[in-house]
Amino acid sequence: MKEYKISLPICENDIDTLQAGDYVYLTGTVYTARDAAHLRMYEAAGRGEDLPFDIKGSVIYYLGPSPAREGQVIGSAGPTTSGRMDKYTPTLLDMGLKAMIGKGRRSPEVIESMKKNGAVYFAAVGGAGALLSKCIKSAEVIAYDDLGTEAIRKLYVEDLPVITVIDREGNNLYDSV
Amino acid sequence: MRELDAKEITDNIKEMCIEANLTLSEDMRDAIDKAERDETSPLGKRVLGQLQENLKVAKEDRIPICQDTGMAVVFIEIGQDVHINGNLEEAINEGVRLGYTEGYLRKSVVRHPLDRVNTGDNTPAIIHYSIVPGEEVKITIAPKGFGSENMSKVCMLKPADGVEGVKKAVIEAVAAAGPNACPPLVVGVGIGGTFEKCALLAKKALTRSFDKRPSDKMIKDLEDELLEKINKSGLGPAGLGGSVTALKVNIETYPTHIAGLPVAINMCCHVNRHVTRSI
Repeated sequence: MKEYKISLPICENDIDTLQAGDYVYLTGTVYTARDAAHLRMYEAAGRGEDLPFDIKGSVIYYLGPSPAREGQVIGSAGPTTSGRMDKYTPTLLDMGLKAMIGKGRRSPEVIESMKKNGAVYFAAVGGAGALLSKCIKSAEVIAYDDLGTEAIRKLYVEDLPVITVIDREGNNLYDSV
Repeated sequence: MRELDAKEITDNIKEMCIEANLTLSEDMRDAIDKAERDETSPLGKRVLGQLQENLKVAKEDRIPICQDTGMAVVFIEIGQDVHINGNLEEAINEGVRLGYTEGYLRKSVVRHPLDRVNTGDNTPAIIHYSIVPGEEVKITIAPKGFGSENMSKVCMLKPADGVEGVKKAVIEAVAAAGPNACPPLVVGVGIGGTFEKCALLAKKALTRSFDKRPSDKMIKDLEDELLEKINKSGLGPAGLGGSVTALKVNIETYPTHIAGLPVAINMCCHVNRHVTRSI
């Protein structure tokens, strides 16, 4: 198990280097999106419309946070189960999405698309949302405000701890256990 | 006949929703500490260390342990010698509404399973009523996250499948859940009853304290055997490999029909939340 500190947006070199099983600390901008936001982006893409953020080279964190108390940047902020986004993910990967942070298995179609497009899948520890929230230094809703927790948020994260589960070659840590 | 104001139920439920999402019960905390000591995989140990740290941060900074603060499952046992003044169901939902809005908990409930518009206050709750002797009202709040709920299962086995069939169903459900249900898991198992009864038993099993063991030796042994088998699977913390896949298997049983052997497996992640109060 190797350890890396990686700045976002993630560069091609980092994507090539990372292997399933590597422990990584991410610093930079990520966008939150989960079920409802994915459906909207998928439909927008189908109509040929722009997405709410520049997806090219971006990182999506599958997250619907709890509300922030006064003085906090965000509430609890751990990953949700990624597999529910599988239906929409190959489209986003084709549009330039480079990394995803979530937890749980991905479909063969997503893994194939990751290999084709050169992308990586990270897991953050599910159920550690209070701890992970400490790595989030700013949070701003940028789209779909009406969705509440499911709105798209732009986050700046510092040393967010994640594990590389599926690398760009399609090697899958979950399959090796 | 004891008189009880519905508002008292609202006030208690509000507090319990918040408490359940910020701190785990002592048996759960002990089980996570023990898991961290026992885990053989370095990555697994690291994950469990994060979970311990997470519980500390949640308590100190009053941030929910998990952002999925769940759908509020409420078990309410009402003494038959209590008269409640007011609308009980509204009082329960009001408690959930206040707890989730004032407690900075996530609103995760949609008003209809197909049109999927968020209700904005995490209501309605899932309420299980029972009438018991006496003049107390006992309430258990168990906020349930759906990462693990989605990996739960009901299997209508045949009597000929027997205890081996039950074991197979549980082991297969854990394997199918894999990393999605956020291991280390607490596995609630209901055996017997009908289709819906065994699911309810499985849910209730999750709220049973780990130190309360079944009086039925066969079931107690089955809990231990299943836990050992699940932990030999190697799935490990977060599904990243290791020796601790489950913290506990809790089984509840009920009489059933001559033709059936219903088994329900209600998965719960390591954030197995439940708070009980008697009022």
